[in-house]
Amino acid sequence: MGKTIIPIGPYHPLQEEPEFFTLTVEGETVVDIDVRIGYNHRGIEKLSEMKTFENSTFVVERICGICSTSHPYAYTRAVEDIFPMEVSMRSKYIRTIIAEGERLHSHLLWLGLAGHFLGYNTVYMWAWKLREEILDVMEILSGNRNNYAMFKPGGVRRDINAEDIPICLKKIDSIVPTLVMLKKAILDDPVLHARLKGVGILSYQEAIDFSALGPTSRASGVARDVRKDSPYGAYQEMEWDMIVTKNGDVFDKAVVRILEMFETIKILKHCLNNLPDGSIDAKIKDVPPGEGIGHIEAPRGETFHYVKSDGTNRPLRHKVRAPTFMNFPTYKATVEGQTISDATIILAAIDPCYCCTERIAVKDVKGRMLYNGQDLIKLSREKTEKIKQRMGGK
Amino acid sequence: MIREEVLLDFTSRFHADILDLEDKSNTRVYVTITPESIVRIGTYLFRNIGARFNIATATDLPPKIEILYHFIVEDINLLISLRVFLDREKPEIESLAKEIEAFNWIEREMSELLGITFTGHPDPRRLLLADNWPEGVCPLRQDYEEWDETVDRTRGI
Repeated sequence: MGKTIIPIGPYHPLQEEPEFFTLTVEGETVVDIDVRIGYNHRGIEKLSEMKTFENSTFVVERICGICSTSHPYAYTRAVEDIFPMEVSMRSKYIRTIIAEGERLHSHLLWLGLAGHFLGYNTVYMWAWKLREEILDVMEILSGNRNNYAMFKPGGVRRDINAEDIPICLKKIDSIVPTLVMLKKAILDDPVLHARLKGVGILSYQEAIDFSALGPTSRASGVARDVRKDSPYGAYQEMEWDMIVTKNGDVFDKAVVRILEMFETIKILKHCLNNLPDGSIDAKIKDVPPGEGIGHIEAPRGETFHYVKSDGTNRPLRHKVRAPTFMNFPTYKATVEGQTISDATIILAAIDPCYCCTERIAVKDVKGRMLYNGQDLIKLSREKTEKIKQRMGGK
Repeated sequence: MIREEVLLDFTSRFHADILDLEDKSNTRVYVTITPESIVRIGTYLFRNIGARFNIATATDLPPKIEILYHFIVEDINLLISLRVFLDREKPEIESLAKEIEAFNWIEREMSELLGITFTGHPDPRRLLLADNWPEGVCPLRQDYEEWDETVDRTRGI
């Protein structure tokens, strides 16, 4: 049977990183996958060499629209690593609150999109409705729904008002019953079990070899979380669990993210209830020559920043590594041998920005269009529908 | 396994290849090694000590090019950065990607942005730069100059 090439990408304004996939399929089965990525981040690395240490914080905040806090967090930690500096406990708590709020809304966003592409629009509606509540909380705390601009080397830029805390706690509490309902609806659904279990498996050894990060590695049984391994912020101050499952398929990746949201709520509530007093800014004057590394656990895995200073007010080198850079190549292990109707959800399972699938087009060797993005989503939904019928559902 | 044991084992095993060891803090160690030993030391850290590969960062520091390979030993929260210096005129180092999959992309990235050759890389195609970007023009070198006369990249600076 002849091989067909499916190009996906390369650019979409909502993608975390620009990427271009070439899937080679034989009939329905994906036999080869190749990826090319763009250079948004690299422009920023060069740009950062022209900005002062404080200005770079806002430049890196614009790398990603969804996990917009993870980059400034890693960057400020890298600058603080160049020379020994103590950040006040209050700013550590505030940083943790912002980072966890972001994790919560990012996981909900993923859950909604995953549901949408599987043909479960109810999940999509519920998850995004809950996400709005979290975005409201973030707006109360920082003034912005996204791109919070809360970070600066040495502390945070804005304080949290005491009178806002009860409102935020109330909003967070209000989503918990719905989240529990959503969790049960997803984890106990026989159709979703049939649809997602055993699909796109990343084995334990593969997760190690690819140095996979975040929920992608934790679903494969690799207990790896920067918040536990290299504690920072206020994560040591309270009890919370790292969620690890062992199958490595799409279902387990969903389980990890869903259960993680409850841990995040635990952390958020502890921080808001026990916010210590103190100053929020250490006031850095000069950054001496040296180098620093900052790494934090973003919703998708470890974000890593390396900053080299030569004693001027600008970084000599600033390297940015987003978690998706390490998680992307795992496609090679998970997609090959699977069907096209599963490829979309496997590609989504590591949580890149999913909008890229709208740019999928299947062409035959002569370049005639066979399927476009809508058709592929339809294929994915039809498979779910078939499973439903086979299982005697409605 | 504790921090001192790991470091002692590491330094005694590779003492001939280690040029300098900077014990910066509790969680950060920078080790300067000879470029020839990178595959041996890198695979030892990854396979035997069980470190995770974070990423590699290359910097142009005329007359040298510096590469830092960052590994984290998660159990003891120790970030070991292997530092190698390459000749800027002809930067060349053996590829780790042929041993460990995780090095694949970052080596392709460094070879494009700083012009470093990774010998034995299984897939040395272009990853990031546009197809019309000329060969041998490395955007992260200090002496990089604009090659495309049709664009204006100086806005807002």
